[in-house]
Amino acid sequence: MAGSIVEFDRVGLRYGTGAEVLRDLDFRLMEGGFYFLTGPSGAGKTSLLKLLYLAQRPTRGQMSLFGDELAHAARDALPIYRRRIGVVFQDFRLIRHLSAFDNVALPLRIAGHAEEEVEGPVREMLAWVGLADRASARPPTLSGGEQQRVAIARAVIARPELVIADEPTGNVDAAMAQRILHLLTAMNRLGTTVIVATHDLGLIAATPGAQLIRLENGILVDPTGALRHPPGAPPRASDLQQ
Amino acid sequence: MSLLFVSEAERRLIPASGVRGPVPLLIAIMTFVMVVVAAAGLALSNTASVVKAGVENRYSIQIADGSVKAPTAISAARAAPGVSRVEQVPPEDLRRTLERWLGPEGAKADLPLPVIIDVDLRPGADPSAVSDRIERDVPGARFVAHRTSLAPLLDALRGLTLLAFGLVLLIALASAAAIVLAARGALDTHRATIEVMHGIGATDDQVARLFLRQIAIDALLGGIGGAVVAGLILAAIVGGASFATSLAGAPPIGWGDAAVLALMPLAVALLATLVARGALVRALRERL
Repeated sequence: MAGSIVEFDRVGLRYGTGAEVLRDLDFRLMEGGFYFLTGPSGAGKTSLLKLLYLAQRPTRGQMSLFGDELAHAARDALPIYRRRIGVVFQDFRLIRHLSAFDNVALPLRIAGHAEEEVEGPVREMLAWVGLADRASARPPTLSGGEQQRVAIARAVIARPELVIADEPTGNVDAAMAQRILHLLTAMNRLGTTVIVATHDLGLIAATPGAQLIRLENGILVDPTGALRHPPGAPPRASDLQQ
Repeated sequence: MSLLFVSEAERRLIPASGVRGPVPLLIAIMTFVMVVVAAAGLALSNTASVVKAGVENRYSIQIADGSVKAPTAISAARAAPGVSRVEQVPPEDLRRTLERWLGPEGAKADLPLPVIIDVDLRPGADPSAVSDRIERDVPGARFVAHRTSLAPLLDALRGLTLLAFGLVLLIALASAAAIVLAARGALDTHRATIEVMHGIGATDDQVARLFLRQIAIDALLGGIGGAVVAGLILAAIVGGASFATSLAGAPPIGWGDAAVLALMPLAVALLATLVARGALVRALRERL
C-alpha cells in the first residue's frame, strides 16, 4: 500500500507582516497519486506550490515531504529533497542562453551525473516531448508550446518522485494541452506523484483517476471529498467553479 | 570536487561576460599599485638593513681639547679587547666637512677642531669594555656609537617601511571589497539562472563554483598584467639607480625581493578567490 509523499499539518504561510495567504492547511497526498490543484486567482495556489517545491517555508505548522519533516529543516538539507521534485513553472523558467539540450540536462548535471550518462537520456527525453530536432535551439527561438515541453522534459528527466506543474497548459493550444497531459499521465503511470495547478476544467475532466485539491482564500476546501475518498467519477463542473 | 574545476557544460551556465566587466582592469590597477608600494617598502627595509649593518659595530672616540691626547687614545683603543680597526679621521676631512656646513670660513686653520678616531669592533665585542678603557686612559674623551647618531634615520626608515606595508594591506582590503561587490553584482545579474539551479537542487557550492572560476581567472590575469607593468617600471628605476646601489653596496631590491613581488599576483588571485567565495556563499544563504 502506498504511503503519503506530502503531509501538511495545520500549515500557515504569511509573507512578511501581512495577513496569512495560506491558513490551517491539513492534508495528505499519497505516493503515485495524480492531483489537480484548483481555485480562483489569489486563492494561494502558487504559494502552496512554492511550499511543495521547497521555495518557501511555512510560517507555522508541520510539513513533511517524502516522510521527512522539512518545515524547519536546515537550509543545506533542502537541495537533496529538491532533486526528488520536478517542477514545471507557468513561465517555464528556462535558462535563455542555454540550448534546449542543456536546459533539459541541468537536473542530471546538478545531481552529479557524468557527461556520458547525460547525453542518451536527454536525447531520449527530447524525443519523448517531440523536440529531438530542436535540441540545440535556445528558448527565445522556441514557440511557447516548445518551451513548455522543454520545461516538462527538464522537470522529469531525473525521474523525480514528485512532479509539480503550475498551469502547464496555460500557454498552449488544445492539442498541445492534450499532449502535455498525456506526458504527465505517462509519468504518473510510471509511479511519479503528479500535482497540477490549473484552471483548465477540460484537463481535469480528461483525467478520471485524478483527485482534486481546491483552495479558496488560503483555505483548503474539499467539495468532492476527493482528498479523503478518491473519486469514482470525474469531478462535477459545479465543484470546479472559480 | 575541486573548488575551481568547472566542466564545459557548467561553464555555459554563466557566460563569461556576465562576471568579467571591469574586474580584471580593477585588479590590474590594484596589483600595480601594490607591487610598486611593496617594492618601495622592501627597498626602504633593505636600505635600513644596509645602513644598520654599516654602523652596527662602528664607534668614534671624540676628544674636544686638541690632538695632544690622540696618540694615547689610539693606543688605548688598540689595546682594548675586541677592537678590529682604529683610525683617526684626518683633520683635512673634518675641515672639508666643516666647509660644507659653514662655508670657506670653516676651513680656516685657527678654528679649533676636535679629534675624531673611528673604531670598529668585532661582532660580539663588548663596547662598554672599550669605552671604560678609553675613558680611563684619556680623561674627557667620549666613546660614541654611530648607531646612536643614526637612530632617527633608522627610525624614519622603519616607519616608512611599515607605512608601505600598511598601504599594501589597505590596497589588498580595497581589492577584496571590490571583489565582494563584483561577486554580488554577478549574482544579481544571474539571479534567474541561480533561482532555477537552486530550484532544481543545486547547492550553494555548486552555484558559487560557477562564478569563482571566472573571478579567479580575472584576478590572475589582472594581477599578472598589473605586476608585469609594475615590474617593468621598477626594473627601469632600479636598473638606473646605480647611485643608490653604490651608496648601499647592493641593489635596493634583491632577487629574493623580486621573487616576493612576482608572487603578488598569485596572492591577489588567491585572496580574490577566497573573498569571492565567502561573499558568494553569504549572498546565496540570504535566499532559500
